[in-house]
Amino acid sequence: MMHSATDMAADPRARATRPEGTLVSDPDDGTELLEVSMGPHHPSTHGVFRMDVALDGEKVARLKPVFGYLHRNHEKLGEGNSYLASMPYTDRLDYICSLTNNWAYALAVEKLAGQEVPERAEYLRVIVGELTRVQNHALSVGFLLQDMGASGTPLMYGFREREKILDLFEALTGSRMMCNYMRFGGCRVDATPEWLDATRKVVAGLPGFADEFEALLCTNEILMARTQGVGILKPDLAVSAGITGPMLRASGVNYDIRKVDHYSIYDRFDFKVPLGDHGDVYDRFMIRLLELRQSIGILEQALKDIPGGPVMDPKAKIRNFRPKPGEAYGRIEAPKGELGFYLISDGGPNPYRYRVRPPSFVNLTVLEDMCLGHNVADVVLILGSVDIVLGEVDR
Amino acid sequence: MKTLEEIKAAIEAAVPGAGVEIVQNPGPAAQHSLRLQPGSAFEVAKFLRDDAELALNFLSNVTGVDWPDKEISEKVKVTRAVTKTVDGVEQTVEETVEETRKRVEPGYLEVVYHLFSMTQKHGPVILRMRTENRSDKVELPSMTPVWRSAEFQEREIFDLYGVVFRGHPDLRRILMWEGFKDHPMRRDYVEPDDYDYEPTAHDAVLAKAKAHQAAQQAAAEKGAAQ
Amino acid sequence: MLGEGILKGLAETAKNFAGSYVSKERLTTVQYPEERVAPIEASRVFPFLVYDGGDWQAGLRCVACQICEKECPPKCIYIEKSKDKKPDYVGKPQIYPARFDIDVSVCMSCQICVEVCPFEAIKMDTEFELATDDRFGGLLRSRDQLAKSNEYYHGIHPTEAAEVDARLAEEKAKVEAKAKAAAEAAAAKAAAEPATPAAKPAGGESK
Repeated sequence: MMHSATDMAADPRARATRPEGTLVSDPDDGTELLEVSMGPHHPSTHGVFRMDVALDGEKVARLKPVFGYLHRNHEKLGEGNSYLASMPYTDRLDYICSLTNNWAYALAVEKLAGQEVPERAEYLRVIVGELTRVQNHALSVGFLLQDMGASGTPLMYGFREREKILDLFEALTGSRMMCNYMRFGGCRVDATPEWLDATRKVVAGLPGFADEFEALLCTNEILMARTQGVGILKPDLAVSAGITGPMLRASGVNYDIRKVDHYSIYDRFDFKVPLGDHGDVYDRFMIRLLELRQSIGILEQALKDIPGGPVMDPKAKIRNFRPKPGEAYGRIEAPKGELGFYLISDGGPNPYRYRVRPPSFVNLTVLEDMCLGHNVADVVLILGSVDIVLGEVDR
Repeated sequence: MKTLEEIKAAIEAAVPGAGVEIVQNPGPAAQHSLRLQPGSAFEVAKFLRDDAELALNFLSNVTGVDWPDKEISEKVKVTRAVTKTVDGVEQTVEETVEETRKRVEPGYLEVVYHLFSMTQKHGPVILRMRTENRSDKVELPSMTPVWRSAEFQEREIFDLYGVVFRGHPDLRRILMWEGFKDHPMRRDYVEPDDYDYEPTAHDAVLAKAKAHQAAQQAAAEKGAAQ
Repeated sequence: MLGEGILKGLAETAKNFAGSYVSKERLTTVQYPEERVAPIEASRVFPFLVYDGGDWQAGLRCVACQICEKECPPKCIYIEKSKDKKPDYVGKPQIYPARFDIDVSVCMSCQICVEVCPFEAIKMDTEFELATDDRFGGLLRSRDQLAKSNEYYHGIHPTEAAEVDARLAEEKAKVEAKAKAAAEAAAAKAAAEPATPAAKPAGGESK
């Protein structure tokens, strides 16, 4: 049933093995691997996350991620609650990007129940979704540099920009992070003209931020020395391991669900999908900055074209919502990768099965493959470049 | 992309005796799926990945679904001989009565795979597999050697549903801790009464907390008596 | 050139260091609690019960239908229905909540209760200073603490409250018009057929 050993070695999709020549210790000397537990309370693990690392000198010889410390059985909660009551819980999956979580869930339920979304609501979804992507990438790049030892400054630049966007979210949805904004068949509240003007102002300031960030960092020799050639992920392995989002595109695979699935109204906007060449940490860092620029472009177009009209389908039901029996899988391009919801309805008020396909969780599959043979200090960087949020990994 | 019927035909041509069934989805999403037989599923998966036209090289989502034993009660008309006393004479009469019969439809665990193609940019093709039952025959072939993305997701299903994946390189619990008993995502999971309780005046919680405290106290008294 | 990045970084740091003392938009610190930032209209913290008129017990809009209790995701609402009926602010006898508790420590400010309420009876407050020294009793808000007037609601969410008032007035006008039409129809019917004892009200119950 399994591939034979030679098969596995020849297959580029196979699990990585420790590179030749990285072993410095000689078992005959009586030296042995040093086992270190990185985490769970380690400042670089972005939450409560642990890695069982076996070290050969400075080099990583084995790495097993251990997680679940934040597990609260989100899926079981979803099965015990009505469709609507699960919406605020989705905010708490990837708590950096609550609006894209809302969107993925709303999209899946709309597929399940066969609902339509008014045009203005689609525009609002794109606007808040792309704002979420901008603030996520600003933050993840900041945290990556923080992990590298650039303590504080680049991160605070990211936070400064994110703060402006969070203020917009608060003015629109009433909450900075737990937005709970989208509903099945539209959005909860309409944006006022003042809010749209304020958003235009913030978006107009974003290219300046991107310029500043890129001028300061992209050619910084310390950053280049630390990140180039580190944590390389080959495209074949990336595809086989189901990696999605900026990480996949940094490996040079052109797969963006906004372009592939044509969901919502992304067909109307002109944007490019940035691709990397090497699949190393530097490429993942650059892809996020380039994607941030593309998102600004989408935002400008959406804010220009947004039509009037209702933001909720008038036929949508708030109370006593019971989709017909059936199942649906809906997915979107969330800032971290493919976020999907798989729902089975048995005709009742609660979903029979409520499954979240979290991008961070699946992207961790190749952590060991990327880290093997690198120094311990690089493990921190490689993990930072995956961009995980433990709320979503552990669910 | 090929229709599901064409995919089914292609699979049956490539893997003889695969026994693939189409499972209809009655909802508006109309995402129909293919049910595979566990015996041939691995070969079918390899075919789906390596076929040039389908090229389903991206396994996006793997998930478990629990379908517990279902008790179905149906009304059946039964004709039987009944001894009756009519006008003082005992005689046997054929009589038709309606009877409620209960039968138990055995449950199973189901694993669902959502496949896409990154090269052809199509999908989803949905595969399903069922275990024989929910207790001892819960083995299914692992898809991890075909698609690496199944590695953590199958571990999660093993952890939360208790499906054992044959051929998985590292089948351990992933979200719950080592040594945890039972599988929390199963429909009949009963949460253990071992939590520390904080008094809130919310009545449903209060009733539960009282029962918990009584049980804890009884256990403590039993411990003291020994 | 080696060291160029460091020099660039230092220049940026110096610029920002100086700017943080003079740039007006960057002097954002507020001396809470003496000073406060302006409240945001859309913000939502914790639910409250709206009442009309001067007396909270008489004017409570809530009719204890328990939809919010059922829909609340973390189940933080606890309602007991009254046994008797009490006239509401328009004089119609209604069931009222004999007990209405919300647990601050459980509530997650999601606003689902507001959305599912068919009677515009529960709304979100913007008050965020809910801390108390009584860990269990103090965090459970009972209906007398939750009841706030419609004027207060207008004060914190003016746009939304105006919309709600307009909607309620429209519904009330509709009900009155229907009652009037029914009365007229009944009167007309009674005039036409004096033998019929009880004329049925015209128009079916809609919704």
